[in-house]
Amino acid sequence: MEKKYKTAPFRCWDKAKTIRMNIYREIAEAKDKGRVLLGGGAESLIALPTGFDHNILVGEPYGASISYLYRENPDLYFQIVEAAEHAGYPRDLCAYMRNYLGSLILDKYIFGGHFPKLDFCLQSGFCDTHSKWYQIVSEIEKIPYFSLDLVPFDWEIAGESEKTKQLKRDYIVNQIHEAIVWMEKTTGRTFDDEKFIQGVINESESTSTWAKVCMLNRAIPAPLDEKTILSFYILAVLGRPRQDVVDFYRELLAETEERVENQIAANPYERARVITDSQPPWFALDFFRLLESYGVVSVGAHYSFGLSGGWEYDPEEKTWNAAKTPKERGVELKTRDDAARWLANWWLSTGTVCRGVRHSGAGKIQRVKDMVDKWHVDGVILHLNRGCEGTSLGQMDIVSSLLKDGIPTMTFEGNHADPREYDEKRTFARIESFMETMGLKQIYEFKK
Amino acid sequence: MIKDFVDIYEKRHEYAKAWKEKNPDKKVMGYMCSYFPEEIFYAGGILPVRILGSHQPQNVTEPYIFGMYCPFSRDVLAQGLLGRYDYIDAVGTAYPCMHLGQAFDSWTMHVTQKSFYIDMPNRVQSPLSLPFLTGRLEETKREVEEWIGREITHANLQDAIDIYNENRSLLRQIYMTRKADDVPLTGTECMYITAANLFMDKKDANALLKDTIANELTGRKVKSSDDTRLMIVGSENDDIGFMNMVEEFKAVIVMDDHCTGSRYFWNPVEPQENLIQAIAQRQIDRPICPQRDYPERRRLPYLLHLAQEWRVKGVIILQQKFCDPHELDKVAIVNWFKEHGIDTLYLELDITVPLGPFKIRVEALLETLREDDIW
Repeated sequence: MEKKYKTAPFRCWDKAKTIRMNIYREIAEAKDKGRVLLGGGAESLIALPTGFDHNILVGEPYGASISYLYRENPDLYFQIVEAAEHAGYPRDLCAYMRNYLGSLILDKYIFGGHFPKLDFCLQSGFCDTHSKWYQIVSEIEKIPYFSLDLVPFDWEIAGESEKTKQLKRDYIVNQIHEAIVWMEKTTGRTFDDEKFIQGVINESESTSTWAKVCMLNRAIPAPLDEKTILSFYILAVLGRPRQDVVDFYRELLAETEERVENQIAANPYERARVITDSQPPWFALDFFRLLESYGVVSVGAHYSFGLSGGWEYDPEEKTWNAAKTPKERGVELKTRDDAARWLANWWLSTGTVCRGVRHSGAGKIQRVKDMVDKWHVDGVILHLNRGCEGTSLGQMDIVSSLLKDGIPTMTFEGNHADPREYDEKRTFARIESFMETMGLKQIYEFKK
Repeated sequence: MIKDFVDIYEKRHEYAKAWKEKNPDKKVMGYMCSYFPEEIFYAGGILPVRILGSHQPQNVTEPYIFGMYCPFSRDVLAQGLLGRYDYIDAVGTAYPCMHLGQAFDSWTMHVTQKSFYIDMPNRVQSPLSLPFLTGRLEETKREVEEWIGREITHANLQDAIDIYNENRSLLRQIYMTRKADDVPLTGTECMYITAANLFMDKKDANALLKDTIANELTGRKVKSSDDTRLMIVGSENDDIGFMNMVEEFKAVIVMDDHCTGSRYFWNPVEPQENLIQAIAQRQIDRPICPQRDYPERRRLPYLLHLAQEWRVKGVIILQQKFCDPHELDKVAIVNWFKEHGIDTLYLELDITVPLGPFKIRVEALLETLREDDIW
C-alpha cells in the first residue's frame, strides 16, 4: 500500500527533550543552588510550592524512567526493584512507588549520583497509594511531610449537588492556606504570593493548551500518535506551572495547527484509529509501532489527555472541551486566596483522571465514549494495568459497555512500570488478532 | 445468647427479610464500609445492613472487576450479582478504598440503582476534615429525607445515636471480658457476635447482647491461662473457619483490630448540640484505618496499646490479597511489633482460606511463642 499522507518530525521535539532533561538536572542541582527541593506526585497541587524558588521530584515519571532501565541497564533495574521488595513492600503495590522506593533505599538517582536529598514531601491523597507512599519516603528520609486531601468532584452525570461541590472547594482552599503556612515554617523561607499566582496561571495555561493540542488530534489524519503524545504530555506532568513548559505548549499548539492544516500525519498509512486506557508499559512502547504497521494510529488515551489536560464539561453538548484559563475567562488573580480558589476549582473541575480514580462507573464510560465519538475512533485497547489499580478502575465496565455499543475493544494485561508482569509476545499476538477482527491487514512487516 | 448471633450471622438475609416483613413501611439499605454513618439512616427508619462476602468461590464478577482487585471487593460484588441482597432498597458507602469503591460503582450500575455515596475525608488528622465531613453528612441527611419523604428530626437522630451508642458500649463490655486470664468466650464466638451486629437492627442486637452478657458470659470460662493469647489485625475479616482453626490449638484470640471487629464500634458518638457534627466527629476520632493514617502513624501506638492491654503474645496480620492500604502499613507494623518484642505472622487472605498451609504457619508461630516463654 502506498503512503496516503505526508509526514514529518515535530520541529519542537528536541525542545521537549531539553526541557525534560533540564528539569531532572535542576533537581540534582537544587540543593547546591539554594533552592527548596521537595518530593510529591504528579496529581498533587504542584503549583502550590511555586511561591518558593524550588524544584519538585515528581514521583510517577521518575518511577516510569526507572522501569525503562530494564531495557538499557537491566542489572540496575533489578537491583532497584528488588531493594523495595527486600524491604518488605509487596509486589502487587503501585509499581511507580516500588521503583521510587528502591531507588531511594539504594541511594541511586538514575540520572546520576545519589538520590536527591529532599527538604520535605507534599502529596495529595487522590489515590490509595500516594499518601502512604510519601509517608514512607518521609520516614526513610526523616523529613517532614504534608498531605493534602483532595476529594474530587464526581462525574457530571452523577449530578452532584452544588453544596457538595462548594464543600470540596472550600476544603481544598483551606488546606492550601494551611500548607503554605506549614511550608514557610518548615523551610524557614517566605512564600512569594506573586510567584504563586503566576504558577497557578501557568498551570491553567499549560493544561488548557495541552487539551487544545489533544483536540486537534480529532483531525484525519491525526497529527500526533500516542507515542508522541506521551513524549509531550510528560512536561505538564513534571512541571506544568513552569514558564518554559507553558511556552513549549504554545509552540506545540501552533505547530500542531500547522500540521492539521497541511495534513501532516503521524502515521502516513493511517486508515484506522484507536485509543488506549491506563498508562502504557513504559519500557515496552513497541506495541504502538506494531499498530502502525497495520495503518492504525493510536490517537490518545483518557490517561494522557486527562492527566496533563484541563477539560471543561459542556452540559448542553454532553462533551468535554479545553477548559478556559483565567485570561480567557477575564479573571484576574490578585491575592493568595484568589489563586488558591482558582487552583482548587481547576483541580476539581478540569481533571478527569483524578476523578476517574475515585469514581469510575457511568462517568468514565461517558468520557471514553465521548473520545470514541469525537476522535473518530474505530477501536479501543485497554491496558489492564497490574501496577496501577487507580487507572484500572472501571475498566471492565468500560469494556462491556463499549462492546454492547458494537465498538471493537480488546484488553491486555500488564504493568506500566514492572516489566516482569508484561508478556510482550502474548500482547503482540492479542493485538494481531484484534487487527484481524477489525478487518485490517499488516501493511509492512514490523521489526523490533 | 451466642447461638442466636451465630444463627443471625449465618441467616443474615432471612433476618433482614423478616425485619422488612415486620416493618413493611420501612426500608433496608446495604452499605460497604464501616465509615458509613448508619445513625442518619437509622434515624430515618431505615435498617442499614453491612454487605459482606460469602467466602464461596464465584465466577460472576470477572466481567465487572479486574482480577487485580482484592478478593473481598469481588466477593462483595458477587453477593449483589447473585441476588443475595435483593431485598435492599438502596446501597451506600462512605469512600472506602479504590477496590471497594469499584465494587460499589459496579453494584450501582448492575444491581441496585438507588445509592448514597459519602466523601469520607482521608485526612482525618487535620481539624479541617471535621467541617468538611459535617457538611457532607448534612447533605446526606437531606438526601435521605428526600428519599423517605419526611424530615429526620433532632429527636430521631438523638434516638438513633443513643441506640447505636448503647450497642457500642455493650460490644465493648464483651471485649473487656477478654482481658481476663480465663476468657469467657473464644475469638470465634466474639467474631460471630460482632459480625452478626453488622446485619441487625440495633434494638434487637442490644437486647440480645444484654441477655448474653448477663446470662451466658458471666462466670463462663472457655479458655484458660495456658492458652497462648493472640491478636488479629487487618481489614474486613469474618473468616470464621480461620478463627476456628487457630483456636483448635492451645490458643485464644483475645483482641482484634478489624473494621468488621473492634474498629466498627470502639468509640461512641460524644454528646454535642449539633448531632450531625457529633456523628462526623466520631468517624474522625475512631480507631483509624490505614487508608487514613498519615502523615503521623497513629495506628502503631494504638495497636501496641491493644496488644499490651489484652496481654497478647503474638499478632496475626490478616491481609486481604492485593489490599493496598494494609500492604502499605505492613512493613511499619511488623517492624513496630518486632521493636516491642511481639512476634507477628503475616498471612494473605483470599475469598476462601487455605486452612492447611495456614495451619502449619499458625502452629509454627505458636511454637515460637512458647519457646519465647521457656527462654
